[in-house]
Amino acid sequence: MSALVLGKLKERFGDAIRATHDLAGDDTAIVDPAQIVAICTFLRDEPGLEMAQMIDLTCVDTIGLPEKSGSPAERYWVVYHLRSIATGRRVRLKAAVDDGPSGENPEIDSITSVWKGANWFEREAWDMFGVKFRGHPDLRRILMYDEFIGHPMRKDYPKEKRQPLVRRDFT
Amino acid sequence: MALEFYSTKLQDALNWARKYSLFSYPFVTACCGMEFMALSAPKYDVARFGAEFPRFSPRQADLLIVVGTITEKQGPILRRIWEQMCEPKWVMAFGVCASTGGFYQNYSAMPGCDQVIPVDVYIPGCPPRPEQVLDGLTMLQQKIADRTGFVPQRERREHDATRAAKGKLPVLP
Ligand code: SF4
Repeated sequence: MSALVLGKLKERFGDAIRATHDLAGDDTAIVDPAQIVAICTFLRDEPGLEMAQMIDLTCVDTIGLPEKSGSPAERYWVVYHLRSIATGRRVRLKAAVDDGPSGENPEIDSITSVWKGANWFEREAWDMFGVKFRGHPDLRRILMYDEFIGHPMRKDYPKEKRQPLVRRDFT
Repeated sequence: MALEFYSTKLQDALNWARKYSLFSYPFVTACCGMEFMALSAPKYDVARFGAEFPRFSPRQADLLIVVGTITEKQGPILRRIWEQMCEPKWVMAFGVCASTGGFYQNYSAMPGCDQVIPVDVYIPGCPPRPEQVLDGLTMLQQKIADRTGFVPQRERREHDATRAAKGKLPVLP
């Protein structure tokens, strides 16, 4: 892959692009979470980039990860994979999310205003990791039931913990 | 005493008929469903045992076959389906997931469907081979004939309790 996408991003956003690499040909930019909507809009609309398709949005819990960069408060990373149908280029964005004062309430702006398809992805990230997406139209759980407490894909969620809805009350 | 003798014999005749005409309701949720299909297909042919006719309504079925992983979210659904079935009814847990949760040890998988409904036969294997299922089925037929399934035993306990309340001795099997 060419460095075109990363070059354009750096040129336009400067310090908001904290680092880039293209390991194994995958263009990756580590970006400032505060600028995520602006960056996504730019990637979608800029002629020559035209990232019309948001392939994936997910989250990573970096607790205990030795090579984790950024400040220790930035435990959750939201990862975006974008693709341009016109040019065939792909790019991956990573945003280390601010965990809030308690360290338990990560928040980032929703990109549903840029790609409508991000809606359910963000609901999944909220359900599994508890990352709040500011400005999301309908941020509810998508996989787990409403009675579920906590966010199961957080690395400190106990593996054996069950939250049953029903159990046998007769023998 | 004579009446009881004849009613027991009638029960035996009924159970003989029941064990060779199981109407199953397959509650298929996961990969075990593939082996369930093999079981129904001509090579293994569950029809030889009289259990070939799946009813896709629990109200017409007397055997609930739980095939595949049950999640906690599905628990209430499975429970409701079991409650909808008319008695007498039997439950077969098909595969390790339905029996114990199998290798799923996590927040979402239920550790065995017997957490919410009573199970009469557990068939291990991931997925079980059709021979294992047929073996399980013949065990279930034996249970039906012996009246040792969950529902007949509960009926029996209730029956004995009513008799005891009237000061009568329990009926021997
Ligand atoms: S027991 Fe194995 S084959 Fe059957 S549902 Fe579980 S994982 Fe799938």
